[in-house]
Amino acid sequence: MSSTEIPVTRRLTRLMAENPLIPLILLLLALVLVLEIMQPGIVSPFWIGNTIKVAIPLAMLAACQTLTMLTGGIDLSAGTVATITAFVMATLAPLLGVPEAVVIGLACAVLAGAVNGFGIAICRVHPLIMSLGTGLIANGCLLVYQRYVIATGTIIPDTLVWLGTGRSFGIPNGLVVFIPFAALLIWGQKRTGFGRLLYAVGSNEPATRLSGVRSWQVYFALYTLSGLIAGLTGLILIGLVKTPSLSLALRLDLPSVAAAVVGGTSIFGGRGGYGGTIVGALILTVLTTMLTLLHMPEGARGILFGLIILAVTALYIRLTEKG
Amino acid sequence: MTQQEPSAPVLDAQGVSKRFSAVVALRDASLVLNRGEVVALMGANGAGKSTFVKILTGALTPDTGHVLIRGKDAHVTSPAEARRSGLVPVYQEPSLIPDLDVADNLRLGNTPVEAFRHWVNALGITALRMDDMIGRLPLATLRILDLARALAAEPDVLLLDEMTAALPTDLVARVLKVAREQADAGRSIIYISHRFAEIAALCDRATVLRDGATVGSVKIEPGIEERIVEMMLGADHPQTAVAAKSLKAASQGTPRLALRGLAAGSRLNDVSFDLRQGEVLGVVALEGQGQDELFDVLAGNRRALAGTVAIDGQPASFRHPADAIASGLTFVPGDRSHALLMSRSVRENIALPLVARLSNWGAIPLRDEATRVTAAIERLQIDTRAQGEVRRLSGGNQQKVTIARWIAKGVRTLLLFDPTRGIDIRTKRQIYALVRDLAAQGAAVLFYTSELSEIRLACDRAVVIFNGRVVDVIDAADADEPTLMRAAYGLTEKERTA
Repeated sequence: MSSTEIPVTRRLTRLMAENPLIPLILLLLALVLVLEIMQPGIVSPFWIGNTIKVAIPLAMLAACQTLTMLTGGIDLSAGTVATITAFVMATLAPLLGVPEAVVIGLACAVLAGAVNGFGIAICRVHPLIMSLGTGLIANGCLLVYQRYVIATGTIIPDTLVWLGTGRSFGIPNGLVVFIPFAALLIWGQKRTGFGRLLYAVGSNEPATRLSGVRSWQVYFALYTLSGLIAGLTGLILIGLVKTPSLSLALRLDLPSVAAAVVGGTSIFGGRGGYGGTIVGALILTVLTTMLTLLHMPEGARGILFGLIILAVTALYIRLTEKG
Repeated sequence: MTQQEPSAPVLDAQGVSKRFSAVVALRDASLVLNRGEVVALMGANGAGKSTFVKILTGALTPDTGHVLIRGKDAHVTSPAEARRSGLVPVYQEPSLIPDLDVADNLRLGNTPVEAFRHWVNALGITALRMDDMIGRLPLATLRILDLARALAAEPDVLLLDEMTAALPTDLVARVLKVAREQADAGRSIIYISHRFAEIAALCDRATVLRDGATVGSVKIEPGIEERIVEMMLGADHPQTAVAAKSLKAASQGTPRLALRGLAAGSRLNDVSFDLRQGEVLGVVALEGQGQDELFDVLAGNRRALAGTVAIDGQPASFRHPADAIASGLTFVPGDRSHALLMSRSVRENIALPLVARLSNWGAIPLRDEATRVTAAIERLQIDTRAQGEVRRLSGGNQQKVTIARWIAKGVRTLLLFDPTRGIDIRTKRQIYALVRDLAAQGAAVLFYTSELSEIRLACDRAVVIFNGRVVDVIDAADADEPTLMRAAYGLTEKERTA
């Protein structure tokens, strides 16, 4: 009797192993279903738009984690860098004009990324330590900076507000930025030499060396790029939040790591991709909504959130682990 | 067996066998060691020497047979017990902890400090401080410390595994002197070495292993080397037909690769040879004679200490493998796991060198890549049924992927380090054919192999390296196994350059 069942389950396992996105999307749909059962009528086009709107900055910041994790690294400075870009842009806009302020804000992000890149690629500091240190230093610089610009006032450019919070025909405007962004990353990770090298360096760095790869170049470019992405995230995020604060993106720091991990990117490098991270960010956003609905105290919500992430990741790895 | 001694032997191993799943490592090994005797344990690659040593020292338990120490059936079940039973090994890799100082290392092994100091001095190391960190001491010193520690334990049986490798000549003389004195004082020594000169100077007998069995034990006397080589090879080493070769590479013109006086690390001392276009040059060496360093230097993975490398007559030095690759030197390491991205696809593995350079970081020309990869896969006949992840391929197919990578990139000079180790005979034949084919198309191939028979099957000539130096250059036609074996043991040394 099991002669037909076993091949079916085995085929299903293989399908999931070869397309890790399928179980993730199923999980996302299941969570949405649970939410609808918890509070009938909540799932509507408006709710979906809202969820996407909130998930976009998380998914963008998680791109920093995904790309660095592919090489076995991490970027713990991403949240701080996003905050700095947003804050510097908002405070300089009244003085210099919006385009100049945006450019300077992004330049700060690229600089922080390059500092990470220098430490990790050239001084060979572990990415965890280096990005943590860079993040702390950058945060200190932000506090110093803040004392000098407090009187100038802030401007949040209308374009960013439009991108961060606006909708056209019910669809969040942020997708105008996010869809090309995601498409570029998903294409780039598979179809460019640089993307290939991220996986290669994360799988076996000594082997890439013997093939002629100068891995410091990869690391330097990667962490600089990660800084730039964090800066862009800061701009979108401030359009959503609309108040420049010193802790703007800090609350996204660890969720961005979680989104990449839930999305199937291995922290040991060489496996995963940005497609999974996007679904991971959506899953985390839906989970947060769900926990808010439970009317639990903040602490209990945190505990539950952590437990669910552990369970989801363990289950997911079990499902997609290949023989 | 011969056992003229009236007293029971100190160590008596008989009928020892060991298999690892389907592989028989030892069939019938035996070793008798009398009081005050130094016995050389010898055998070619794959004869089972290291498995036998692990059984003697208790690191492995035998499937059949027994190991008697001091007449008692002291069935050694662990290395710790072997130590208590009076057998102390000194391995090639010093068993000292690099992050502790000398005193702490001694404390860990309960080594008596005074005795240790005595032996360190006797062995010729004078400037040792007890608070020196192990990790900062040179390898030669560490090996002496390891030996001194073993001697301080006053063992009945001392096992010395390639004790003199990586030692300068003055220390070698000291070690041999101390070992002889120990034997005269009644201790017994198992001496493992590739160096006949030392065996002749130190040992009383040699016990020879071949294909997992002890084939005999002979007294050391002048001229015994030939007999030992014969025993290691066996009577019937099949004379395989020499493969059809391309015409001899023209010996005129600038060589593709010319080495002069190359030295690196502690093992590669002075190697000179020429590799010509269209030639497959074999490299023959016993383990640890400097061949690893030689290939590492040529691959740009390590800096040379002395000597020159010229490519097509132009001097070259490499700071990174990328430099060597740019000069046309492409390296296939002996250990596949050092070359492959195990969790990535066959295609990504083969195409890796194509995206390595900064200028190739942009969009991948997919059609060109597919053409090159497919051509390389077809040329090497790689079985692509499990191409999604390289780790799911068989060992032979993995090895082919490491070579296919350079075929796809374009081969000028290929450095192959033992490319047929541990793969099936069909794949081996395909690799010989490929190597010949590449040479016929004008590539130059340097081919290190641990299987002597492969020299005749794949190469035009062979350089033999012993103790970090080229000791012989042999035409493939003359390179039968006894000739190569004698040369590899440094018995026919005639210093010259190829």
